[in-house]
Amino acid sequence: MKIILHIWRQRNADDKGRMARYEVPNVNEHMSFLEMLDVLNEDLIAKDEEPVAFDHDCREGICGMCGSMVNGVAHGPKPGTTLCQLHMRFFKDGDELYLEPWRARAFPIVKDLVVDRSAFDRVMAAGGFISVATGSAPDGNAILVPKEDADRAMDAAACIGCGACVAMCPNASASLFLAAKISHLGLLPQGQPERHERAVAMVAQANQELFGACTNIGECEAVCPKEIKLEVIARMNHDFLLAKLAGRGAAEEG
Amino acid sequence: MSTIAIHPIHRAVRFYEAPIGKKAVMAITGVMLVGYVFAHLLGNLQIYSSDAEQINRYAGFLHNPANAAALWAARSVLLLAVALHIIAATQLWLQNRAARPIGYVKKADLPASYAARTMIWSGPIVGAFVIFHVLHLTAGKVLELRELGPNMPDVRYNVITGFSNPWISGFYILAMILLCLHLYHGMWSMFQSLGISHPRYTPLVKKAAAVLAIAVAVGNCSIPIAVLTGLLTY
Repeated sequence: MKIILHIWRQRNADDKGRMARYEVPNVNEHMSFLEMLDVLNEDLIAKDEEPVAFDHDCREGICGMCGSMVNGVAHGPKPGTTLCQLHMRFFKDGDELYLEPWRARAFPIVKDLVVDRSAFDRVMAAGGFISVATGSAPDGNAILVPKEDADRAMDAAACIGCGACVAMCPNASASLFLAAKISHLGLLPQGQPERHERAVAMVAQANQELFGACTNIGECEAVCPKEIKLEVIARMNHDFLLAKLAGRGAAEEG
Repeated sequence: MSTIAIHPIHRAVRFYEAPIGKKAVMAITGVMLVGYVFAHLLGNLQIYSSDAEQINRYAGFLHNPANAAALWAARSVLLLAVALHIIAATQLWLQNRAARPIGYVKKADLPASYAARTMIWSGPIVGAFVIFHVLHLTAGKVLELRELGPNMPDVRYNVITGFSNPWISGFYILAMILLCLHLYHGMWSMFQSLGISHPRYTPLVKKAAAVLAIAVAVGNCSIPIAVLTGLLTY
């Protein structure tokens, strides 16, 4: 089948950038979206043109490296799926697709569809470490975790940090990412000692990275490839507010 | 001494710096304003009392000089809530706009959530309406207000003559529809902002917010409609 692509081309961070139109005439329905871009790039290289730069790594939907806006939806039209796991059978012959990079002040464009997501790394680093007893390996099940808490922590931990939530949010807010990371440790006994400091510190770092604020619209939840729920944002708000209102010094300062 | 001393003002500033702090301020002030909207609706509905003097007696009670201190205390608290709500909303709006300086060529809206997206527009329009509404029915700067005596406004007459003007009624109805959208999103969103969410109860909270928001709009809009259709006459 034939796919018509409009792709954001930008040589580097300083370039102004523009949309460019490409046709990929021989798309196989079994190709993944990224394989379709590989075919386009082979074509461009053969014609001595600059291939389209896009991020990718595992191509298994678990690393969080890939992603771009497809017709205004982060990771494309299929819910709960990263771009690499989106297959061309979900498109029709002759479809016109607009591919754009994640747009946020906190995610500067490196080239074409590649953005710099180091802001996420700095937010994670601000969260710090958890206190654990080092030494010999602890007994299995020495710390008991209710099944429900373990499941919810695991659901939050499924966040792969792809940035789709930021890209889709009308406010370019990182709340879903931030809340998933805060909830994942906050739900487990091992995460309790630094639970409130962590929430305050990560929220402060995200604010410094100039992400927007949450207005409870839910576009992040709709596009999250790991289907993380808006509920984690309420949990983050709860941890943050409790730390600020009831904290006795260290926690409220972050 | 396990507690580190932080100056209370410093603590409040640090709290408010974070977007979550600003949202908490919006949620708390929102609760206060929602409470006022419901109280106002109950006041308005007295116009349907079989006793035509009922609403004027209620107005007389509010305007009674003996109650002036309580009235102004309530007004001051509400004005402060409005000011904080608007300031926090404006700051968040500016931060959110700055967070995406270059927009998308193509952007889908998922999910629809029309009310949530239009908060920044429904808010200022309702705010402008409130100013007009106060000028009209409290200050008497739009139409001359009739009084039955000192501190005894003839509310029934003033409301019915005011709403006989289709422009005034039209603006009122438009503002109530926008208020309905604003209240719907605000009333469920305040729980989320204050950290309360549960898969069993949040869907119920959203439904209750929709029912209450529609009740406010229907209750208030019924008055100009009743006047325009001649069901409510002086």
